[in-house]
Amino acid sequence: MFGPAAVTTDVLDIGTRQEEDKRRQMIASGGTGAMCASNFLGEPAAFEVPNVADPAHFCRSNFASACGAADSHQTVKFAKGTTTLAFKFNEGIIVSVDSRSTQGAYIASGTVKKVIEINPFLLGTMAGGAADCSFWERNLGMQCRMYELRNGKRITVAAASKLLANTVNSYRGYGLSMGTMVTGWDETGPQLYYVDDDGTRLKGNMFSVGSGSTYAYGVLDNYYRKDLTVEEAIDLGKRAIYHATHRDAYSGGINNLYHVTKDGWKKIHSIDVNEMHYEFAEEKKNAMSS
Amino acid sequence: MSILEYNGAAIIAMTGKDCVAIACDTRLGAQAQTVSCDFKKVFQFGKTFVGLAGLASDVQTMNSLLKFRKNLYELREEREMTPRVLSNLLSNLLYEKRFGPYFIEPVVAGLDDDNKPFLSGMDLIGAPVYTDDFVVTGTATANMYGMCETLYKKDMEPEELFETLSQALLSSVDRDALSGWGATVHIVTKDGVMTRELKGRMD
Repeated sequence: MFGPAAVTTDVLDIGTRQEEDKRRQMIASGGTGAMCASNFLGEPAAFEVPNVADPAHFCRSNFASACGAADSHQTVKFAKGTTTLAFKFNEGIIVSVDSRSTQGAYIASGTVKKVIEINPFLLGTMAGGAADCSFWERNLGMQCRMYELRNGKRITVAAASKLLANTVNSYRGYGLSMGTMVTGWDETGPQLYYVDDDGTRLKGNMFSVGSGSTYAYGVLDNYYRKDLTVEEAIDLGKRAIYHATHRDAYSGGINNLYHVTKDGWKKIHSIDVNEMHYEFAEEKKNAMSS
Repeated sequence: MSILEYNGAAIIAMTGKDCVAIACDTRLGAQAQTVSCDFKKVFQFGKTFVGLAGLASDVQTMNSLLKFRKNLYELREEREMTPRVLSNLLSNLLYEKRFGPYFIEPVVAGLDDDNKPFLSGMDLIGAPVYTDDFVVTGTATANMYGMCETLYKKDMEPEELFETLSQALLSSVDRDALSGWGATVHIVTKDGVMTRELKGRMD
């Protein structure tokens, strides 16, 4: 049904047909149709989509290289391997990430910023496609600012994460690739949400995302306590990332760590994980000799 | 994903003035997972060194097989095996398994009878290439070629050769996800062999 015959020369018609259909529908139902013309990002049909009966199916079967499902012969795919983590504790939230970006086995960059500062009270993390994450989290920042202007108060983390979840949900099946954590402090206190490309949105106390997440969870589960001091929590966040970067080929580079409190987020450090290796090796040696 | 890239490796061999050197990383992985940071992939056969990059099980199998055949040769012939002969032997062993190959891409480096450098590399079914500057093999080949093409000079003395080779290898593996985690360098001169361990990035 969706074979090659469905693809015609107007395949790159930029979805105006759908936009037109929508406008007609709106006018027919008594509206002016003016609302519909706004190409509001995050709304379906704001992006060019192939002009076929089932664009999601078309994307999946023809642009597999850009989809999360089939990576084997992908050409361009940044920030695929990653370790990111975030956890709540009594003194706030710790967000800790690595900085490696790979294309296959090639390390495209070792200095990527995987924590996205959405606004002074909201942080997002990046795992999966770098373009997808950075674009949609920037877009989320815009939506959050719009909310603030309209309502005269800051958006809650629950609402912000839901905005992102709704956005990725509207592109479900089109091959977006992102696994992200949205954290921040709002009127209800410290908040931590996980949102990913297939529309999952979870509230929790501790998440780790990416190819190195299993290693990070190992350290996290072992040493985590609710009553960690700020110093201990920072050390835990950094250790978990270090162990993940050591064992996971696709994680590495620099550890960026943030602490979220009621006054907003604060960047704590940016440390080369290789320096940590020798620091921890020294520690181990001292512990053994004493 | 290719079986040749399952475990990850980076090996470079280079010639200098009356000396050769060979360096390898020390990682053993299972795809993304780093299993060991002290895996051997360069082996000594008298004055000759063989670097085996590829599937780890075949690396070890080929090392034993090569050791066996070299010992047999030296007992029969009552003389040492030259690098050229070892290279040919290796090439033949590989082609023997033309339709079910060992998944390794070797390099051979050594000094011949009159202490002149010998270098060769081959693919997994034994097609040899002979060079007089450098050979590379492993998962970071593109990176290693880039480094070697820029850093290599003719007729380097052993110490400079060591420095050049080490820098070339370390910089290459820092841009490759599947190799690194430390390195080993062997420098072969007519007076003997010098082996050094290098600290590398551990991520």
